[in-house]
Amino acid sequence: MARAVFSSPNAAAAANILVNFAVLHIATWSRKSQFNSALIASRESLKMEPLAVTLLPGEERVIDKDIMYICPFSGPVKGKVFITNYRLYFKSDPSVTLNVPLGAIGRVEKMGGASSRGENSYGLDITCKDMRNLRFALKQEGHSRRDIFDILFRYAFPLSHGLLLFAYLSQEKYEENGWSVYKPMEEFRRQGLPTDKWRITFINDNYELCDTYPTILVVPFKATEEDLRKVSTFRSRGRIPVLSWIHRENQAVICRCSQPLVGMSGKRNKDDERYLDVIREANGTAKLTIYDARPSVNAVANKATGGGYEGDDTYQNAELVFLDIHNIHVMRESLKKLKDIVYPNVEESHWLSSLESTHWLEHIKLVLSGAIQVADKISGGNSVVVHCSDGWDRTAQLTSLAMLMLDSHYRTLRGFQVLLEKEWISFGHKFASRIGHGDKNHADQDRSPIFVQFIDCVWQMTKQFPTAFEFNERLLMTILDHLFSCRFGTFLYNCESARDTNEVRSKTVSLWSLVNSDSTSYLNPFYTPESSRVLYPVASMRHLELWVTYYIRWNPRIRQQQQSPVEQRYMELLALRDEYLKKLEELQLTDSSPNSSHLSNSSASNAASPTQHINHLHTPF
Amino acid sequence: MRMFDGRVLLKQVILLFWPLISTWVQGAEKIDSCQLQVLEMLSSLGSAGGKSAKPSFVSYVTPEEIKSEKEPSRKEKHPDLLPGEVVFCSASTVLKYTQDDLSQRGVFGVLLCTNFRVSFVSDEEPTEEMGQLFKNKLYGENDIPLSCVDNIYGGSEDKRKLITGGLVKNKYPSKMIIHCKDLRVFQFSLSFSKEEDAKKIFQGIVHHCLEPKSLRCLFAFSYCENTSYPEAQRKKQTVMFDSVEDWTQDMKRTKGNCRVVSENSNFELSPKLPQYFIVPKNVSDEDLTKYQGKGLPMWCWSHHSGCALFKTASIPLVQEDNVPQTYMEKMLTAVAHNHLYSVKTEDLSDTLPTVQDILLSYNKFKQFFLIDNTTEFWMSDMKWFSSLDNCGWLDIIRQCLQKAVEVVESLEKENTNVLIMEEGGSDLCCVVSSLVQLMLDPYYRTLLGFQSLVQKEWVAGGHAFLDRSNHLHLKDKVESQSPVFLLFLECVWQLQQQHGPAFQFSETYLTVLSDSVHVPVFTTFLFNNDGHRDSLLRAESPHTQRSPLNCPTVWDWSVQFDCKAQDLFTNPLYTEKPKQDTSVRKSYRPRHLRQLSLPSSAFKTPPKKGFFKDEADNLKKILGVKRLSRWMLSPSSDSPQTSSSVREFYEAWQTKPLDYHGLLLPCLDGPSIRVWMQRYLRWIHDVQILGGGPVAMLSKVSEILGEVQELQRQLDRHGCTLTSNHKGARPRAKTAAAVIAARSSVRLSSSFPFVTSRNWAFKPAIPTSLLQSLMVTGMPGNLADREDDGGPESLV
Repeated sequence: MARAVFSSPNAAAAANILVNFAVLHIATWSRKSQFNSALIASRESLKMEPLAVTLLPGEERVIDKDIMYICPFSGPVKGKVFITNYRLYFKSDPSVTLNVPLGAIGRVEKMGGASSRGENSYGLDITCKDMRNLRFALKQEGHSRRDIFDILFRYAFPLSHGLLLFAYLSQEKYEENGWSVYKPMEEFRRQGLPTDKWRITFINDNYELCDTYPTILVVPFKATEEDLRKVSTFRSRGRIPVLSWIHRENQAVICRCSQPLVGMSGKRNKDDERYLDVIREANGTAKLTIYDARPSVNAVANKATGGGYEGDDTYQNAELVFLDIHNIHVMRESLKKLKDIVYPNVEESHWLSSLESTHWLEHIKLVLSGAIQVADKISGGNSVVVHCSDGWDRTAQLTSLAMLMLDSHYRTLRGFQVLLEKEWISFGHKFASRIGHGDKNHADQDRSPIFVQFIDCVWQMTKQFPTAFEFNERLLMTILDHLFSCRFGTFLYNCESARDTNEVRSKTVSLWSLVNSDSTSYLNPFYTPESSRVLYPVASMRHLELWVTYYIRWNPRIRQQQQSPVEQRYMELLALRDEYLKKLEELQLTDSSPNSSHLSNSSASNAASPTQHINHLHTPF
Repeated sequence: MRMFDGRVLLKQVILLFWPLISTWVQGAEKIDSCQLQVLEMLSSLGSAGGKSAKPSFVSYVTPEEIKSEKEPSRKEKHPDLLPGEVVFCSASTVLKYTQDDLSQRGVFGVLLCTNFRVSFVSDEEPTEEMGQLFKNKLYGENDIPLSCVDNIYGGSEDKRKLITGGLVKNKYPSKMIIHCKDLRVFQFSLSFSKEEDAKKIFQGIVHHCLEPKSLRCLFAFSYCENTSYPEAQRKKQTVMFDSVEDWTQDMKRTKGNCRVVSENSNFELSPKLPQYFIVPKNVSDEDLTKYQGKGLPMWCWSHHSGCALFKTASIPLVQEDNVPQTYMEKMLTAVAHNHLYSVKTEDLSDTLPTVQDILLSYNKFKQFFLIDNTTEFWMSDMKWFSSLDNCGWLDIIRQCLQKAVEVVESLEKENTNVLIMEEGGSDLCCVVSSLVQLMLDPYYRTLLGFQSLVQKEWVAGGHAFLDRSNHLHLKDKVESQSPVFLLFLECVWQLQQQHGPAFQFSETYLTVLSDSVHVPVFTTFLFNNDGHRDSLLRAESPHTQRSPLNCPTVWDWSVQFDCKAQDLFTNPLYTEKPKQDTSVRKSYRPRHLRQLSLPSSAFKTPPKKGFFKDEADNLKKILGVKRLSRWMLSPSSDSPQTSSSVREFYEAWQTKPLDYHGLLLPCLDGPSIRVWMQRYLRWIHDVQILGGGPVAMLSKVSEILGEVQELQRQLDRHGCTLTSNHKGARPRAKTAAAVIAARSSVRLSSSFPFVTSRNWAFKPAIPTSLLQSLMVTGMPGNLADREDDGGPESLV
């Protein structure tokens, strides 16, 4: 791995610290105090070594320029900006640093004209997808911003300019291969599939049944391939009900699909009706619950465009429940409003009312309570079918959150990756459209922070159950950073068929390669595995919190609050325990008097199996 | 066997005569709920052992039998009475509704009213006492100390009426709802009791809880007469500030240079002045009593730079009268001359809410948590943030913290003396001065230090606890009621939330302390000032002319909790300051970490208005202004200047490495000021996070702490000396064991340790009334109605 450095590095050690510093995002949002001394050291070195950043393998410098960064927190700062094919990097003398992957840039605009008056009125205005905006000012004479604007525009939106996304240029190598994290067959086998009621089908091997579904599907044993084809004609975009998860004991299943094509005339489809009844039959429950994620008015309105919902009269043995979750446009506007009240400054007067008026947490509440209802039904032994309109936004949120509540495997570091790969990536959440990777059309109505919202829901759960998840907040932040960054192939494209066409797996690196090669950084020290428990978060506004450390992380005043003293203390104690155990062991080796042998024995058992000791002390909830 | 047969028979009778019974029941609300109640009774009958004859049940069938059968059993139904506790009245067959659901189910039992509490004793066999780790020795989960009763409502059918005492005789509601000051809600149905009993208990409770009474009637007096607490025991724990030594000690500790006044030790100067207090050296004896202590600068705390914090009750304005001005001038000079720094005055009445504002805001705020039923709760959920905002409680907390930060800034950065004042000098002055000391002085963040701080600033400082809580329900004191002390605890909680490891005491400790204010046993909270306490305790003493009545203070925690429960008062995140540094702390050196290393500008005369240099002519010039209020007016807190200066101060502090044993400042941004979940949500079933909440994490810390301690003991036995830098991590041994014990017996929840969830079905709370149609309207371009992905053409 060649390390390219912009300007002469003379102290290798300093450069090394810098590497960490820069790659882990200058914000250094995690464990700030733990590495306080390291941070100070690195700040020092930044002073001595201005303008040095280590490039990723495959990353190339494009342009650098003297510029003024209009920092919303500390005012205008002079410095130098570097643009590579991956990032925008700004460095100024009094250690203000910006390190923005170009993928996080949503919009680049020119600010002011050659004749604009006022200080710093001529420059660039950059809107980011990660809850911040950047402003740069340049000298007015000589079209000084033209080149940088053109380059930024090209490289931030490569797909709009016939360029490749950075993920295809990256030469990064990792010990772990993240592409092997999710193997559908393995995952189904883990769930205990196939069973005598559920079979695995390869009908979609060539994406013929449904071009936005994965190739391997689990369907009722009783349903023939012919049945599946018939059903697919009655479901929006051919997204037929397929199994997502099965409860090991009661065999209740979560199925996901898109809306039925009922239309204005109220069409019926016998095959679809029978198919749903077969799902119900599979574990012998009397009633199948269909969760329509939408508000009922929207479901009704969808009839006008050929969609609709399962009518009570047509679907025997099924009950339909609307979950009142709004569509992608509402969510987009909601997050936009949230950004308005937190960036750059946190709204001061009536903060809570402002927060409420964004409705962001209200949406989180609705999504969570929908998922709770699904999980509760499954625990009660009833199978459920979940859909919204197309079954790739709200549906993915609901099924994956319900699975997170029901199945402790998904709460592990690896399991969570599997959950994302399965419910979101393979089942065709339209990441490319929702995020707009490499696309200049910032006003595209297809964009929406559905996945961000889902990660927020997961964060709310980790907050309520701080010991139930093996991964930590850092993982969630990393996922969201690379959701935009385009450094990894994981979140590129809308569905599996598109990924196949673009050879994502062979030509790009998976985000999980990065994560799993350094998995200890993403572990929650408080994790206490509990296999059998269903985790029901409390979906009340009383317990929902704004994810300050993500949404307001650019604000230096808020950032201070992020360190977890509890974690720090815990780690200290763990270290202390290990040290004492070691000391005890040493003492026992030197101590041979018969009198103390009894003591030694008791502590030896401690020393030999500290984990056992914990288990002994810990009693499951 | 006969018992059992009898019960079966009764069951059959009930079923046979069901229609009859249901109409016969007095004040029956709905047939459905009645059915449920009786069915509930039947089931409890089936499950109970043969011991009790269930008078509650018999009463339906043959009311005449009640007397003969009830008398013997009634005695058993008493709670364990405390020394000096007397039962006033009681009623059996009272139904206590299960709080957490709508089904109108409940438990039958006896409702009693004593001189200490309202108590409900269930007819059912007490369930396994597994979760009783955190049992309060004075009152149980179904007891309400009389002073803890906040409001009583009478309910009939769907209506609810506030009972204000002095009711029409012979009337009583079928349902009695009691809201407690610790936010519990009890609902009792009286429709199954005998009319006579029901009337008596209702009127008894209303009388004893709501009507004016004399201080002597408070339970503390009869309790203390019948118990004895060795004085020595409490002395050694908390500094009580009831002696010259305590004050001298504290002044020495902080290197103060003032004068301890002991002339009031028998309240000769004024019963309103504290027994002992500290004033600037230049204050003469005759100055002490000039305005009944008003305007007298009382020393609170000295900063290591030599400047100090003083508080005073402001002198009411008398127009054109020059005397108070001259006096104040003299006092300010005294404050300034003692030290070589300037004086800053802060009139808190001008910049902080009044005690009435505080009460009004809190009354709105507490309603969010006094939940009668879950539907109501979920209905209010969607508007939670704006309701919270509108009640203004969090904002009041923020204002107090901000004011404290401003004072800290003056002391720490500008090294000026600060004199805070307000009308009485013992409400917001106490809040702000205690907060300032908590932020600046790590000693007050230890458990004993904190208790001493409360003693110093609040108890000895003369906060009118009695008037502010209005335990006596005196009509003329209604105006003076205000939860000022609670406001202080709220502010402390905010600090503690933000800087957990800096505090030796836990959140639970603060919650319990806030509850204890309403337990009328402790002298701490029963009086308005030292003189008041002294005269009453003397008057009530059984040994006249000898020692005053010896009552426990709230700091005698063993009165309420056993040792194990008390372990939950300590914070497992807290580490003591490493040994070698503690010696340094004593002689506060300016280069101590917690001090912001500020350039010499700190010692320049601050350019701000409102500061008084110690040059006499300058002072005189400013004091020459006619109206007192104007020159006392310091830069108001809402001027943008001040808040931006506070922000800069915070930001400068924030960039320094955080030292938990140094200066602490709170972040005051919107998201950082939060609701004290443990205190306010602990009783609301629907928001319990079962198996979760912060306790899940903290208990793991406690676990490992226990292990480390065990290892330390083993190493100690080996005679191994541990390296000194680890001594700091040496925790208090008890903490861990308690939480581990707790974990093994009950399921932890976010309400730990107040509610143990052993009884609750593991069913998720699914919010009702999810429809939020309001938000859809007014959406630009009606986005809510749009399709996710394009129009109809994409739906081919």
